Order: sequence, then structure tokens, then C-alpha cells
Amino acid sequence: MSGFFKSSIGRKVAMALSAFFLMFFLLQHFAINLLSVFSADLFNEVSHFMGTNWLIQFALQPVLIFGVVFHFVMGFILEIRNKKAQGVSYAKNNGAANSTWMSRNMIYSGIAILAFIILHFIDFWFPEINVKFIQGDWSGVHEGVEGYRYFHELQEKFVSPIRVGAYVIAFVFLGLHLLHGFTSAFQSMGATAGRKKTLQNIGTAYSIIIPLGFIIIALFHHLNHH
Amino acid sequence: MNLTLKIWRQKDSKAKGQMVDYKVTEISEHMSFLEMMDVLNEQLVNTGEEPVAFDHDCREGICGMCSMYINGEAHGPDRGVTTCQLHMRMFKDGDTITIEPFRAAAFPVIKDLVVDRMAFERIQQAGGYISVNTSGNTQDANSLPISKHAADEAMDAATCIGCGACVATCKNSSAMLFVGAKVSQYALLPQGQVEAADRVRNMVAQMDLEGFGNCTNTGACEIECPKGISLENIARMNRELMKASI
Repeated sequence: MSGFFKSSIGRKVAMALSAFFLMFFLLQHFAINLLSVFSADLFNEVSHFMGTNWLIQFALQPVLIFGVVFHFVMGFILEIRNKKAQGVSYAKNNGAANSTWMSRNMIYSGIAILAFIILHFIDFWFPEINVKFIQGDWSGVHEGVEGYRYFHELQEKFVSPIRVGAYVIAFVFLGLHLLHGFTSAFQSMGATAGRKKTLQNIGTAYSIIIPLGFIIIALFHHLNHH
Repeated sequence: MNLTLKIWRQKDSKAKGQMVDYKVTEISEHMSFLEMMDVLNEQLVNTGEEPVAFDHDCREGICGMCSMYINGEAHGPDRGVTTCQLHMRMFKDGDTITIEPFRAAAFPVIKDLVVDRMAFERIQQAGGYISVNTSGNTQDANSLPISKHAADEAMDAATCIGCGACVATCKNSSAMLFVGAKVSQYALLPQGQVEAADRVRNMVAQMDLEGFGNCTNTGACEIECPKGISLENIARMNRELMKASI
């Protein structure tokens, strides 16, 4: 089996498996963020559970970090190998005649998402790690904030129009990435036989609804902050 | 039709090539693209210039030799055809046409528009066959029942002519449509089952060794394939390799 993952197809399968994991993570992240639109208390409760549950923090979180890092590193490795396989470039190449912009530019939409993830880590993840693992404060409360601090922090982050703008742009790129990536992951797993059209429709719906949902949530908090 | 041609000229495999402009006049719209190239070469020979080297054999759309990248597409702008079946009616009077060899690190240019596609032969030799002695003791075709659906799918895969358009058009120079088709045509039939695991392992290993890139499922190969080989063949090859590796 180790030989399999050294082969070109094995790398595709590994890329697809990490993509499935990340798409599932994105779905649950969206579901929790969506709560913030309807109920600050419920969002706080769920955020506190996710942020303090030991199974999530010490088992699932490392797997998530590995999944994210693996997907990016493998993406770059495959891009470098594929560039090497190309040899001399064409003087004239009409890529639009036979493939979508999304499928040809996964590396660029991926880089845009990577830039966003770095911003997201600086915004949310690093402060969270600092509070819990360095300061040792697992209480979920903050001086001057009534109840848990999570909803308050979320609102504070979406005050800046520049940050919201960057957020919107990043999620547009995520949508473009998913428009190709969703079906591509199933194709790499060899799981498209007889259900390609259905998968494409589900993929299109997922790629539009989830990123658009994240954008709407960000705009909602930006416009409703007092 | 009067046309301007921008053609890749390269003296030999070691030389540095370049695009060179040529003019051709009075080209009939009913000519095939290769006949237009013949007119150009006649013109070049008459003026004492070196004719443009290009591969061709059957001129019936089945040999897959005519490896030309025309106006940014393998075998030009028409669909489901090789270059010999591309007709000049696809172009307009006064057009400038860019003609390049198929590009891939695994398909080195030998001269002008001629590329070395022996990598495909080596992949075939690695497993694209069944070890059956067919001399003198051939069975009746119907002695081995095969479903119509499987037979049709195997036949579709077997129509691959190994022209290399899939590699040429792929932004990653991946050969997975070709190898997927060759793996599939045997994987779908009972005769191919005995060596199925070794076949896919060996053919994929040889494909990687030859330096072809990795498929990122853009689907460009399927669109440009003159025989309409489906992407499903790549999915089947992926399944076959997973099955063989577990």
C-alpha cells in the first residue's frame, strides 16, 4: 500500500481524501457560524463546547491541521511535478476551448485560500491557542463581556470593512476552487461511474451555497454591529 | 484561401527551435490540413528550402500519427478528428494559423513537428496485453459469454489510437486518458482478469517513469481526443490500481 501512495494515482487519491475531509470540516464550520445569525447564546454554547472539548481539541484539531497542511503541501508538490512534465510551453494554447478556468487555475485559487487561512489563523486561531494553551484560560469568558466571549469576538472581527472585503474575496476564490475540486475529488477516487451529473449538481450547489453563506454571515455581522 | 502559417521549425532533437512564418496561397477549403501542408512543402522544395517534417500515415483518421497542435488545440479546432480529417473549411481566408508539435517532456521533438511517442509503446509493453497463445487453437467467440454493456465499453476504450492528443492538450502533460483506456479495455473483459492487478501496477509505474504529469481532472483530454475516449476510463484505472494495491 505504501507503494500506491508513491504513484501518481496514489497522490491523487491522497489529495482527494484530504479534500473530502476539508469539505466536511467546512460544512460543520458553516453550520456553527450560521448559528451566530440566529442566536448569540447558542453560538456561544457550541463554540465553547468545540473550544474546550478534549476530544475535539486534542484529537480532531491536530487531524484538521494535518489535513490542511497536507492538502497545501501536496498541491504544491503536484504543481511542481506537473510543470516539470510539461517541457516547452506552447506559443499558442487555447485552454478555454476544452476546460474551465477553475480547473486550470486550482493552484491560484488555492494560493488565495492559503492567504486567507493565514489571515484567519492570525485573527482567530493564534489568539485562541494563546488564551487556552499559553495563558491556560479555558473559561471562555472575558472581562467586560457578558457570558461567553466568542460571539463578541466574532462581531469585533467583522467591524473592519477591509477585513470583510478580504473575507468576501477569499470566499469567492473558495467557491471557484470547489466548483472544480468537489467533482474532481470523486473522479480521483474513481467514484463517478454513472453518477457524474448528480455529483456535478451537488458540487455546484455546495460550491455556491457554502461560500455564499459564509459571505452573508460576515456581511450580516458587519451591518448589524452596534 | 490565402493563409499565413506560423510553424515550429527545429533542425533536430538537440537544436533550439523557433516559430517561422510562411505564406500559402490558393488553398482549397476542401483540402485536409495535411494536404495544405503538402502544398506548403511543395512550395518550399521548389524554392530550395527544407520542407517541414511532420508525421502522417493513414490519412484516414485511424493511425494517430499526425501530432500537430493547431491554433492552441491538439489536431486543431474541430472535434473528434485527427489532423488529416481536419479540413481547411474550418479556417477563413486571411487567417494566421499557428502550428506546433505536441508538447510534453515525455514527447521530445525529433524534428519540426515530429515528436517521439515511444513512451506510449513502453507503457503498452509494461502490461497492455493478455498472455494467451492464439495460434491455431482459437476458441469460438461465443464460448465465453460477455455482457453487451461490458463488450461495448471495452470496445470504446479499445478505439484509442495512441495519438497522444490527451498528453498534448493536458496542462500537466498527463497520459492518464491513454493508460486508462488501455487498462480499461482489458479490465472490462474476462480475458483480462488474470493479469489485471499486475497490468495496472506495471503500466502506471511505467507511465510515472516516463515523466508524464498527474491528472487534475480538467477534462481537456476527453474533449480533444479524436476517438472520444471517456474520462470514466481514468476513474476505472484509479479503481483498478486501488484494488490491486489493497
